[in-house]
Amino acid sequence: MSASAATAARRAFAPNWPARLGLVALGLYCVYAMGRLDITGERLVTGLGEAGRFLARMWPPNFERWELLVEGLLESIQIALLSSALGILLSLPLGLMAARNLSPAIVAAPTRAFVAVCRSLHYVIVAILFVKAIGFGALAGVAALTVASMGFVAKLFAEAIEEISMKQVEAIRATGAGPGGVLLYGVLPQVASRFTGFCLYQLDSNLRNSTLVGIVGAGGIGGTLFAAFKRFDYDFVAAILLSIIALIFVAEVISGRIRAAMR
Amino acid sequence: MSAPAAAIRPGDALRREWHRFTPQERIGRWLVWLAIVASLVWAVRTVEIIPEFLADAPQQMADLLVRMWPPDLAHYYPSVHDALIETLHIATLGTVFSFALAVPLALMAARNICRIPALNALAQLLLVASRSVNSLVWALIFVAVFGPGAAAGTFAIAFRSVGFVGKLLAEALEETAPGPVEALRATGAPWGSVMLKGVWPQVQPAFWGIALFRWDINVRESAVLGLVGAGGIGVVLDDAINFFQWDRVATVLLAILAVVIIAEILVTRIRARLI
Repeated sequence: MSASAATAARRAFAPNWPARLGLVALGLYCVYAMGRLDITGERLVTGLGEAGRFLARMWPPNFERWELLVEGLLESIQIALLSSALGILLSLPLGLMAARNLSPAIVAAPTRAFVAVCRSLHYVIVAILFVKAIGFGALAGVAALTVASMGFVAKLFAEAIEEISMKQVEAIRATGAGPGGVLLYGVLPQVASRFTGFCLYQLDSNLRNSTLVGIVGAGGIGGTLFAAFKRFDYDFVAAILLSIIALIFVAEVISGRIRAAMR
Repeated sequence: MSAPAAAIRPGDALRREWHRFTPQERIGRWLVWLAIVASLVWAVRTVEIIPEFLADAPQQMADLLVRMWPPDLAHYYPSVHDALIETLHIATLGTVFSFALAVPLALMAARNICRIPALNALAQLLLVASRSVNSLVWALIFVAVFGPGAAAGTFAIAFRSVGFVGKLLAEALEETAPGPVEALRATGAPWGSVMLKGVWPQVQPAFWGIALFRWDINVRESAVLGLVGAGGIGVVLDDAINFFQWDRVATVLLAILAVVIIAEILVTRIRARLI
């Protein structure tokens, strides 16, 4: 027993049996899951042929209806701006209420639960519910993305607040400042720069998501995209996809510049 | 102006007014705020809002909630349950496939492993393209390719995740220390062994972290793929909505919520133990 242990210790790069077994298990799972989901080699081969035809029909992209395209993109940008602004405004109090070092547990726990629910439901599902409640159009998109922004920004904001140093808070409190003064001069300066970063990130991701909520009728370019897909208008689809990618790329470059300038 | 020189008293320097920002900085800050406010005003004034819809929104919302209550829990088994299991398979298999595609791309994109700049750029381009297209749009494309069903959903999840996983993996690879790699190479180890024993142990924690994180995201995303016909619980949700069976919609939503929350707790637990 001790001899075998000694040889094992002497052998560098011994085979890692648990890892190998894990790989085999993963392979078995993949085979099982592919069987369940009906993914077969034959289907992949047919799919490849279809993909070729699909790409052929997408080329060349058709920019003839550019007015429709620009209108949709502008509406997407508006949805992104409005939902980010609303979401961030609502996240400020929610984040403060959810931070366990500033608010009592009786307030923090329900707020955290609310924020978790906002985050858990995918924005497209929320958009469906708002489309039924407020009707088709950009307003439903704004409402849905506001909920999503709240879930994300409020959580990060609460985490940032929980990491602040309490010394400054105590110092401000010692000067006799009220709760408003403590927040304004003790808490917010410590989290302001990180908070701006979260807001920028959220604006970026809202822009991505606002190009999509139109699929369920909540305004923006997504509606145009879905309609084009349904009409097998694949060259227009290619044009829309290219413009969405360009828009996101430009937004990413701009927010990268802003982030670099803030540092 | 005509102040005599004698007016400069000792201690004047202490009475100077101090500013946090230079005038330029202050103008810059005002311009940023102005830009934010102007863009918001533009958005509010031009976005299409139908006042009639807005006016009866609370009423409609209340109506929706009343119709959803109580949830039709009897509907859960078997149809919602089976769709839920299918969603989990789509998310897991999609994550595995995305890693199969992302690992070679990440190796190609990492500048310290692949020394050819053209290949680096090509890999980066592919990763960015994968990330820019949303998972629902990938699902639309794959529904057109494979036909409606879970196969389209799995590939949509996989292709969407490649960009994210590949980018993070490439960053982890570029941060590895060159020492172990050089030591192994000096012993004459082939490329595969250098990767397995020199690079893999260094990126392993990042790798598992990325895998867990992406699986968690994929569970959420795969729940909506069914809305465009790509399988999973979204199909059941879409059917229930189209038939206005709001009590069933409530059941499906509760099921999705429960799975997403369980997945998040699971991932946090495993991550705490692994890292």
